[in-house]
Amino acid sequence: MSSFLSTLIGPRVSESELRAHRARYLTPTAIFMIARVLLLVSIFFPYWHMELEAPQYPNGLYLTAYCNHLTGDVREIDGLNHYIGMRPLGEAAAFERSASVWMILAMFLLVEGAAFIHSKWAVLLAVPAITFPIGFIVDLYYWMRTFGLNLDPKAPLSNSVKPFVPTVIGEGGIGQFKTFAEFGIGYWLAVAAAGCIVVGFYFHRRAYRPLTLRAAGAANPATAG
Amino acid sequence: MKKTNPNPRFTRLVAMLLAAGATCACLAPQALAQQEGRRRRAAAESKPVEITAEQSAMLTKIANDRKLNVDDLLAAAKTYTPSGRHDDYVLFSSGGQSGQIFAIGVPSMRLLRSIAVFTPESWQGYGFAGDDDPVRKRLEINGKPVLWGDTHHPALSETAGDYDGQFLFIGDKANARLGVIDLRDWETKQIVKNPLTVSDHGAAFVTPNTDYVIEGGQYATVLGYGYAPPEEYKKSYRGMVTMWKFDRSKGRIDESQSFAIELPPYWQDLADAGKLASDGYFFVNSFNAEMATGGVEKGNPPFEAGASKRDMDYLHIVDWKKAEAAFKAGKVKKINGFSVIMLDTSVSEGILYFAPEPKSPHGVDVTPNGQYMVVAGKLDPHVTVYSIEKVKKAIAEKKFSGKDDYGVPVLDFDAVKEVQVELGLGPLHTQFDNKGYAYTSLFLDSAVARWSLGGEYASLHAEQPWKLVTKTPVQYNIGHLCAAEGDTVSPDGNYLISMSKWSVDRFLCTGPLLPQNFQLLDISQGGTTMPVTYDLPIGVGEPHYCQMIKADKLKSWPVYPEVGWNPHTQMLDPNAPKKGEEGITREGNKVLVKMTALRSHFTPEHVEINEGDVVTWRISANETAQDATHGFCIGGYNVNLSLEPGEFSEFTFTADKPGTYPYYCTEFCSALHLEMMGYLHIKPKAGVSVKPTETTAAQK
Repeated sequence: MSSFLSTLIGPRVSESELRAHRARYLTPTAIFMIARVLLLVSIFFPYWHMELEAPQYPNGLYLTAYCNHLTGDVREIDGLNHYIGMRPLGEAAAFERSASVWMILAMFLLVEGAAFIHSKWAVLLAVPAITFPIGFIVDLYYWMRTFGLNLDPKAPLSNSVKPFVPTVIGEGGIGQFKTFAEFGIGYWLAVAAAGCIVVGFYFHRRAYRPLTLRAAGAANPATAG
Repeated sequence: MKKTNPNPRFTRLVAMLLAAGATCACLAPQALAQQEGRRRRAAAESKPVEITAEQSAMLTKIANDRKLNVDDLLAAAKTYTPSGRHDDYVLFSSGGQSGQIFAIGVPSMRLLRSIAVFTPESWQGYGFAGDDDPVRKRLEINGKPVLWGDTHHPALSETAGDYDGQFLFIGDKANARLGVIDLRDWETKQIVKNPLTVSDHGAAFVTPNTDYVIEGGQYATVLGYGYAPPEEYKKSYRGMVTMWKFDRSKGRIDESQSFAIELPPYWQDLADAGKLASDGYFFVNSFNAEMATGGVEKGNPPFEAGASKRDMDYLHIVDWKKAEAAFKAGKVKKINGFSVIMLDTSVSEGILYFAPEPKSPHGVDVTPNGQYMVVAGKLDPHVTVYSIEKVKKAIAEKKFSGKDDYGVPVLDFDAVKEVQVELGLGPLHTQFDNKGYAYTSLFLDSAVARWSLGGEYASLHAEQPWKLVTKTPVQYNIGHLCAAEGDTVSPDGNYLISMSKWSVDRFLCTGPLLPQNFQLLDISQGGTTMPVTYDLPIGVGEPHYCQMIKADKLKSWPVYPEVGWNPHTQMLDPNAPKKGEEGITREGNKVLVKMTALRSHFTPEHVEINEGDVVTWRISANETAQDATHGFCIGGYNVNLSLEPGEFSEFTFTADKPGTYPYYCTEFCSALHLEMMGYLHIKPKAGVSVKPTETTAAQK
């Protein structure tokens, strides 16, 4: 094995060591597995909700964003948005929606890979999954801001409704509508997955760092001494 | 390193993860609810009311200022329904000569809407879809447009003798037609015309599972639109009752599986189907057993006297299961293409029996348990109660007092009669509650009579059985009455409607034509308490009968299930234009317009065609929000459509008058409703002036 590759994937654990400290080495793997499952399950749950209230909609209008599609009263909301000159919601984040499931699958595999790499480089593989929830908010904000600020100036209600930045989380308002936005279960699952990965790395480091140090010491007894 | 027991920190971690997992599991149901996109809304709180001294004083002042007494205040409290609160019951009422049905909420007595059946009605776009309007086509009789009806008796579909809220039927007395309404979208789906008779009266009444809709006749004619002079009345004129087979899966009457039963030319009146103990039978009243032929202009006694001479008429008892078997065995004659079981077959097969009834009665109403038939006397102050058990026994033992002129066996009156109860003058119709009481309208007394039933009902009330309990005056001349689900196997009690024919002084004078008066009575208490709590003027036609159904039994669609829905077929229409498919195509002089309607524009907004073109115009309402209805009208071409959310409509017309025609949305759909319009440009043929105003000036 080339020394570069062995530095990269880190030291292997011997059978006897594994038998002696099973919990120590299995803990990070188990936590990463939980994170992976959480991430995968999040695909099936809504990431974000918005409820819109107006006098003529006593039952409200709803928008629910999954990582890969938008459901709820999209048609009605698009219909209303055309009065203020906002583009149809289907045009927002088209790439993100089409790629998200593949991205999550890739993160799933990368985190799996991280469990097999016993060096500090494992962190690199987990970076996408850890930053994913933040990326989601940033992306959501970007699109809402882009759509809100780029209203068609010739729209019928352009005199009443000026370009605005919709509220991504919490209470907002536009025209006669009050909006309430919140994260959905899917988002919180992704956050939980990111949290698990961070915790997992604590145990990962605790398990493999001594082995790395010991291996380094063996290779260079002078410094190891 | 020494092998240790599992690290306590590790154990803690596992416990934490387990807890996190459990939390996720707990959240999952909420997450699934969120998937539905609906957050739970806090239900309106209803706190017990406490009236302060100050409020009490205010109430007293209002009552005194408005001259209201305590009963009025109580009536108001029983009926007032605040904004947003829904009624407990829906009343489906005949609309009389308006040819419509009215839906009214109870107890608020608010008119919810009308349903067009036999009369074109523009708001619903019923009968205003161009030259070949299918509604107008189905309203034709013998090639003549008959654009009105006299709706009399609505009948809600039943399952096991109880309203199921799926369909509604109504008869047109003037033209012997039956309308079928689907209660998912509250639209008339079918009109059937009786090919035997010109007019009827005993429609519609359904059998307990809505296998058949019964249409009883009225004025005898020569069946099948035949002719005979009045001298041949007894020989050639006949009455009839028709059993219309209802196909619930299709939501339509199947005319090929329907049949009629020939009856003597007595004037058949109202009908009611047996249920439970009397299932398999139905009952029809009759008058004019005298077979009077009138002719007051020739010095003969008028019908009103001639038809009321004898003391007794005949209650018709029909074993419809036997009639159905006879029809299926082919024991019928075709008259005007329709299967009719003739009188001799009815007699030989034991389908038809008569029971004497006091002369010229009106309603026959079966008690909820099916054991008794109550015949209201009209000209006799009693209701006569017949027992189905005694009827069956008398038939089995052949206890006949004779036969009529047509050979129909007449059961012995005393053998089939249970009891006669004297109620007052002009008893017409009877309904029932859940406390063992019956309610009968007294036309001449202008009152509703509450009386106690006997038999198994006797234990439900404190009174002696078969006795008048109380009468409440109503204003005025009550015809039908209707208790909540009061003609089913399980009446609810609570409310009763008096359909008062005259209102005289009850409302502001509206000129010489006055509204009818629907009066709400509170029948929730037994005994002698039965106050009137509301008067609703009905200024559209004279309603006859109505039925009151528990509102939660209705499963009405808030919008059509999908965009492009055809209400005539109750499915998605392949011809419905989708967004992006709009346009105008031409083949010779045939033009196809594909249009969509979406707040706040039609696509296309210009339709350019030529004079003489035959135009087929298809519109989809691409809306899914509740109440986002559009209209579509073309002035001068008699077109107005109601495009309810998701609805697809089609109409055709010949562009025979050139010009520029604005079309527009006739429902105030949005803030840009007025802008929701377009132009139909019909180019004149060569040589015709395009400036009619100048032509007019030149002619002068």
